Amino acid sequence: MTAFIAFKIFRAVVTLLVTVTLVFVFIRFSGDPAAALAPPDAPQEIIDQYAKAMGLDKPLWQQYAGYLGGIFRGDFGYSIHTGKSALTLFAERLPATLRLGGTALLIAILLGIPLGSVAALNRRTLLDRCVMAFSVFAFAMPNFLFGLIMILTGALVFNTYLGGSSGAGSWAGVLPPALTLGLAAMGSFARFARSSLLETINKPFMRAAEARGVPFLRRLVRHAAPNAAIPLVTLIGLSLGGLIAGSVVTEQVFAWPGVGQLLVRSVATRDIATVQFIVLAVAFTMVLANLMVDLLYLVIDPRIRAK
Amino acid sequence: MMTNRGAGPERAGANILSVDNLTVALPEAGDREFAVSGVSFRIAAGETLCLVGESGSGKTVIADAIMGMLPPQLSVDSGIVRLEGEKLPPQRAAAFNAIRGRRMAIIFQDAVASLDPVQRVGRQLEEILAVHAVPRREWRGRIMDMLEAVRLPDPKNTFRAYPHQLSGGQAQRIVIAGALLLNPVLLIADEPTTAVDVTTQAEILKLISALQRERDASVLFITHDFGVVSEIADRICVMKDGELVEFGTADAILGSPRHAYTRKLLAAAVHSGKSTAGADGKPVLEADRLELSYRLGNMLERRYVHAVRDISLELREGQTLGIVGESGSGKSSVARCLLRLEKPDSGIIRFRGKDVTSIAGRELRELRARIQIVLQDPFSALNPRQKIRSAVAEGPIIHGHRRNDALRRADRLLRLTGLSEQAADRYPHEFSGGQRQRICIARALAVDPEVLIADEAVSALDVSIRAQILDLFRDLQRELGFAMLFITHDLSVAAAISDDILVIKDGAVVEAGPVQDVFGRPRSAYTRELLAAAPRFGGTAQA
Amino acid sequence: MTRQPVPPAVKLSLCFIAFFVLIALFGQALSPHEFRDTSLIDRLKPPAFLGGPEQYMLGTDAKGRDLLVRLAVGARITLVVAIVGTLIGAVLGSLLGILAAARRGVAETVIVAAIDVQASLPIIVVALFVLAMFDNSFTLFLLLIGLTGWEVYARLMRGATLSAKEHGYVIAIRALGASPWRIYLRHILPNIVNIALVQFTVNLPLTVLLETALSFLGLGVQPPLTSLGQIMSEGRDRLLTAWWLTVFPGATIFFLALSISLVGDWLRDILDPTLRTEA
Repeated sequence: MTAFIAFKIFRAVVTLLVTVTLVFVFIRFSGDPAAALAPPDAPQEIIDQYAKAMGLDKPLWQQYAGYLGGIFRGDFGYSIHTGKSALTLFAERLPATLRLGGTALLIAILLGIPLGSVAALNRRTLLDRCVMAFSVFAFAMPNFLFGLIMILTGALVFNTYLGGSSGAGSWAGVLPPALTLGLAAMGSFARFARSSLLETINKPFMRAAEARGVPFLRRLVRHAAPNAAIPLVTLIGLSLGGLIAGSVVTEQVFAWPGVGQLLVRSVATRDIATVQFIVLAVAFTMVLANLMVDLLYLVIDPRIRAK
Repeated sequence: MMTNRGAGPERAGANILSVDNLTVALPEAGDREFAVSGVSFRIAAGETLCLVGESGSGKTVIADAIMGMLPPQLSVDSGIVRLEGEKLPPQRAAAFNAIRGRRMAIIFQDAVASLDPVQRVGRQLEEILAVHAVPRREWRGRIMDMLEAVRLPDPKNTFRAYPHQLSGGQAQRIVIAGALLLNPVLLIADEPTTAVDVTTQAEILKLISALQRERDASVLFITHDFGVVSEIADRICVMKDGELVEFGTADAILGSPRHAYTRKLLAAAVHSGKSTAGADGKPVLEADRLELSYRLGNMLERRYVHAVRDISLELREGQTLGIVGESGSGKSSVARCLLRLEKPDSGIIRFRGKDVTSIAGRELRELRARIQIVLQDPFSALNPRQKIRSAVAEGPIIHGHRRNDALRRADRLLRLTGLSEQAADRYPHEFSGGQRQRICIARALAVDPEVLIADEAVSALDVSIRAQILDLFRDLQRELGFAMLFITHDLSVAAAISDDILVIKDGAVVEAGPVQDVFGRPRSAYTRELLAAAPRFGGTAQA
Repeated sequence: MTRQPVPPAVKLSLCFIAFFVLIALFGQALSPHEFRDTSLIDRLKPPAFLGGPEQYMLGTDAKGRDLLVRLAVGARITLVVAIVGTLIGAVLGSLLGILAAARRGVAETVIVAAIDVQASLPIIVVALFVLAMFDNSFTLFLLLIGLTGWEVYARLMRGATLSAKEHGYVIAIRALGASPWRIYLRHILPNIVNIALVQFTVNLPLTVLLETALSFLGLGVQPPLTSLGQIMSEGRDRLLTAWWLTVFPGATIFFLALSISLVGDWLRDILDPTLRTEA
């Protein structure tokens, strides 16, 4: 078991290290990093200053070491346009994104999993078909379109503008963008919960429990649910990537003052330091989440604990 | 022998279970109308009834119908099932919950799969008492008593274990404990020993018999194995294609079967030993002190499984050498070494006197035509997207025969293995297990091998098919003269086909010698244990 | 094997896909205008059926360009990007996956590490990172879209190859002395290609959504070229006054993704049972 944990942590660290290195390599070889980081129409002297400050005159391995060292010291460079550190910019935006993403995930879990379970228990009925149709709809619906439809509906029907920093304050304001963001995940949770539960219900131990005289409801709650939930943990971990990707678009549509909006803006203005920090933060979050899922497995699945 | 044969019928005052004219309908599109048709039988108190039949004979459907657990696509067409004279509720009715587990219980083939993988064993046993309203203060005592009754070595720790931590035999004991916890009058055992080794099988059978006697329960025992039947049955029902073809006391049916099908099954089960023609040819394949281990796990946690520790053998022209061992004994790994699919860690393999332990590339591919293999599972052994003729012809084509030549060869071998002309143009999924195994044999023999390795080649087949395939191996060997290495866990199969026997355990040779010596006068304790565990007919069926 | 009848939803989806492809190829012929023709007089005209000028069936945008023609051209670009992009990912990922399983050792370790890295970065973030540093060009964009989901193919095909290698028929054919090429091309590949095919139908709508999302953000297909997402982003600020500029392309994207996934699900149902019985 300790070896299992050690291996997972080792793998997470390697993944992060490779990502960091790739980011470094990309920035170094995408042309002149100093020119990229300096303001767009800076004179040559300014660019040279930048190059010197970044240590571009040193050998590559020293640059790499300096880069890694900077990351460990928490020095991720400064935004070209605002002059603030990338870390500060990110930290300013994070709460809004967390509130949006957290609500979206909650909506997806609390609505998606019950929907899928109900569908599984009423297999081949109208209800089942409706849930499956909804999951396909949720998968195919582009979140920018869904968001725009929401805004349009809000404006035409309720006479309010859904979105913007004003909406970020209240809980009612977070719902429209969170629903937009969580829609796809909700669909996939419903679909996956359905198939996982169906598979579990048909396992031999369910039949054996029936043969011991265990009533239906108890079989469902005590045996089917815990077993069907195990693969769902992985799915929830995996859905994080989709939520992060989705938040980039959703924040843009609803003018939500979060990290996603910052990322798009920074890309458009070529604010490399900020973009780089966000990329590393995303990688770190994802790796950490996957690690947590692996560790959570230890708690919920005795078969893995035994290894 | 631990049978209580003959005791049952005399005591048969009351019928515990009676099945009258049971007919179960299959869904419309099926190849036959009824899964079970017009079956009647009774089980008296304290009696063991064996329901015997090959796969698809409908024996499991009967068990499901009694338990009220028929799958939704099957329905009872007619017939009445009574438990202690009382008619049982309709299929899948909630009223069954009070009967299942309390008055009748069932145990299934795969015991580990019958237990919830994420719940401790003890909790699952407690649940049975909970749903049948046994007061909580009695739980602990009753379960501990039961765990001791099924002879689990360490009841306290077993109580806390998860199912995956148990061996197949231990899990089956737990399942039996659960089934008998509330002293049901009827225990249905659906192929409970099919998935375990012979030694475990013997223990489980002994346990079921003993518990039955202690608790005076009736047992409906479902199996395909006449060896098992002869060990435990008081009376026997023989099933074929959903119908009951013969019904009688164990002595009558095993001693003088009346129905042709029963006779066929029995003959297949007791295969007469091979007349050992002295095979004194030159050695074809030799192995000297082979060792092989597999590496498992990841970079940080390496584990090694020492599959083969010390195996030496010699196979001579025309000889059949049986390799016998239980699962995990390393017998399949030996086959993979000899075929050079795995490279042994140490030891030497010689083919016709030449060291082939570390040849590679073209030389190795050429050697492969000389040694061929037939695998256990006939369903995965054929490429589903390749027609039969092309599959059989592929070997000769690889080894440089012209296409037409190879195809003609394929046709000839298919005929030789007893398949019809039309078979050649079909895909594997159109064939039954036995037919597929014939195709695999044809494919192996198409390259004229000097050695044929059969790795559990008849284990996945029904008894009657098994006998046919064994006959086929023998006939082909006589005709084509290859030497054969027959790997099996089944002593009766080994005895039926081998000249010499190699008994292996934990990757090492335990005993070797001519078949009469090894099975007649075993020297090692392990061989004796295997022989004692193997179900046999008590003197009645040798005729 | 008995063939199940094709469900109506799948028939409808196939019709929509055919319609979409036809519009993408020949839609331009439906209008007298070029997709870049601007007209100051005809700015923001509603669709013809809502009282707009006859010549603009679906209305015009803020520069007076014919929306119908722009949709046709945008559809063409979206289609090309989706198919080429998905193919790149499928081929690259599958080859890497098979290679990892076939070679084991260092190659496998490197490929598995690469899969881990890719799995920890949503492709849209990777795309944004690269687009921040390099000048956006259609080729670069296509390559980035091509990376979508390669790691899924790689993971699936690695697993499938590893299990196929242990299948009886592969062992038997190895024992017959077949060369590795023969084993992989004639026995393993035909039996696992279905898995990649099914994944292709899952990925195709994802690629459509990624391309349109990036273009919507203004970071994908750049003017003068256009795509469905780009048309939407241009119309976004006029959501209330000229809703047709967002709703028509948006609905097209949605129905395209929906149709492809419905057809994909149906294909999976057809392909999967055979996979299961053969497993």
